[in-house]
Amino acid sequence: MAEHNGLDGKLMSVGEAVERFVPDGAQIAVGGFTINRNPMAVVYEIARRRVKGLHLVAHSNGQALDLLIGAGCVARLEVAYGGNGRFAPTCFRFRKAVERGEILVEDYTNNQMSLRFLAGSLNVPFIPSKSGLGTDVVGREGFPPELRGRDGVPKKKVVVLDDPFGHEDDEVVLLPAVTPDVAVIHAQQVSTDSTVRIKGLTFADLEQCKAASAVIVSCEEIVPESYLRLDPDQNALPPFLVDAVVRVPYGAHPTACGWFYDYDPVHLNHYKAVAGDDARFAAYLEEWVYGIESWDAYLDKVGGAQLARIRANTVSGYAPGLDRR
Amino acid sequence: MEYTPREMMAIAAGRFIKDGDVLFGGTGVAMLAATVAKRIHAPHAHIFFETGGIGPELAELPMAVADSRVMAFGNLNAGLVEAFSYVANRRLHTIAFLGAAQIDRYGNLNSTVIGDYLHPTVRFSGSGGACDAGSLASGYIVFMQHGVRKFVEKLDYLTTPGWLGGGDSRRRAGYRRGGPIAVVTDLCVLRFHEETHEMYLAERYAGVTPAQVQENTGFALDVSRSTVAEPPSAEELRILRDEVDPQRLILG
Repeated sequence: MAEHNGLDGKLMSVGEAVERFVPDGAQIAVGGFTINRNPMAVVYEIARRRVKGLHLVAHSNGQALDLLIGAGCVARLEVAYGGNGRFAPTCFRFRKAVERGEILVEDYTNNQMSLRFLAGSLNVPFIPSKSGLGTDVVGREGFPPELRGRDGVPKKKVVVLDDPFGHEDDEVVLLPAVTPDVAVIHAQQVSTDSTVRIKGLTFADLEQCKAASAVIVSCEEIVPESYLRLDPDQNALPPFLVDAVVRVPYGAHPTACGWFYDYDPVHLNHYKAVAGDDARFAAYLEEWVYGIESWDAYLDKVGGAQLARIRANTVSGYAPGLDRR
Repeated sequence: MEYTPREMMAIAAGRFIKDGDVLFGGTGVAMLAATVAKRIHAPHAHIFFETGGIGPELAELPMAVADSRVMAFGNLNAGLVEAFSYVANRRLHTIAFLGAAQIDRYGNLNSTVIGDYLHPTVRFSGSGGACDAGSLASGYIVFMQHGVRKFVEKLDYLTTPGWLGGGDSRRRAGYRRGGPIAVVTDLCVLRFHEETHEMYLAERYAGVTPAQVQENTGFALDVSRSTVAEPPSAEELRILRDEVDPQRLILG
């Protein structure tokens, strides 16, 4: 298949993608949402390469966020939600890192973060919202003043002002745009001309990618350009926004990738059992991240039977009847 | 008929839903209440999720708002920006279900920290879409376990705007609609005074006394006008247990 054309040089290994686009200190946005379509294969590679000092800009990126923080890759975090559904009401390593003062955190909301990415994608400096008036989300800053106005940190967290179009006593919250150095997402399909197709919810992936200076897309499969051109309504991103394509089947595991596989309750329950304990989490990282020499080895470790259990029904998009306790 | 507090909570909250309402689904018991409301009280209610899942079938219970089950057989699949255009939509009567770590007498919520914000004793998930739902939706219903550490005089951090300082302070802050409608706990249902917007005891579950509610509330509560809540019917319990959460993922 034309997969071997290298997609004009964009097709690369996870190692090469991280090497080229995720240096120490980069501002990074990660796609997906809690237990769905997190680009875990790339995230594991970032952790494996011991990338340091990342500035993570996130809405609710559960598993990827917790792994990157737990592996010590993150120095600063702008975030709306550090949880992972029923598998973690609060993400374990996120919680510990904040309580120990190991990372700097700035709290926003999901609406605010998605709008900030949208503003970045439109190349406007800020965007108004009615969300958060009178709250501490708007009233309190988490980043110290000396960080403000440099290294991709906006001068202010937000600005509240009266609606300039003259509605009396009607305040709005101005949110600074986010323009990450790199966005990393996981998609179901990328075509041989590097058009991206996402099935199911897109979350804020598209705004993140359009706001970023570079885009890494990992994917389940590479399909012929002619196939994605048959139904362009279904396509998510054009080729000219994509810088790196990595083909990694099950690359969102243990999070779900709709119509390919469900989230893995066995792995996420194991994570839940160990992630609250420093020593056991260190062992987890050794076992599942640092000590894994290839993606094949990772999948072998998950096991063929488990991968079959979480395989999605091709009609509903999830694994019906999967034991999720 | 025996039932657990959590079952009572899901059913009590479901009773607030009117047929035709547009429901902003959350996680945990909130997810259960939205699902149970649609199955029992309000078959024509529409459920959507902040992640962008609009009107899914929900044949199986989602375990998070990003679960692939919120993308299956729905009206349409979108993303966050679009989902919030439904939360905030001025044509729609959108009702959200929210949980929190702390609540005050005006229904303001904390889901961010316990202790000092910059040096927290306990860090929680943060707002997610809760602050947005509290700001933008037509109203919200809160789920809480009743206890003095949760029902507090002063929040450690105000994540989600309720009636703010009471009276007309929500409007003065710039909001044109919304605010908390009710708080559903494992003991009772609390509502808010029409003018002062202070919380009061509206319905207590069978076997619960007003004094017991006050003992578990960290601020003075008007318990003088409470009635006893209608217990769940056999049919409500059957649907909840057999159809909505057969694996007891959330019912426990």
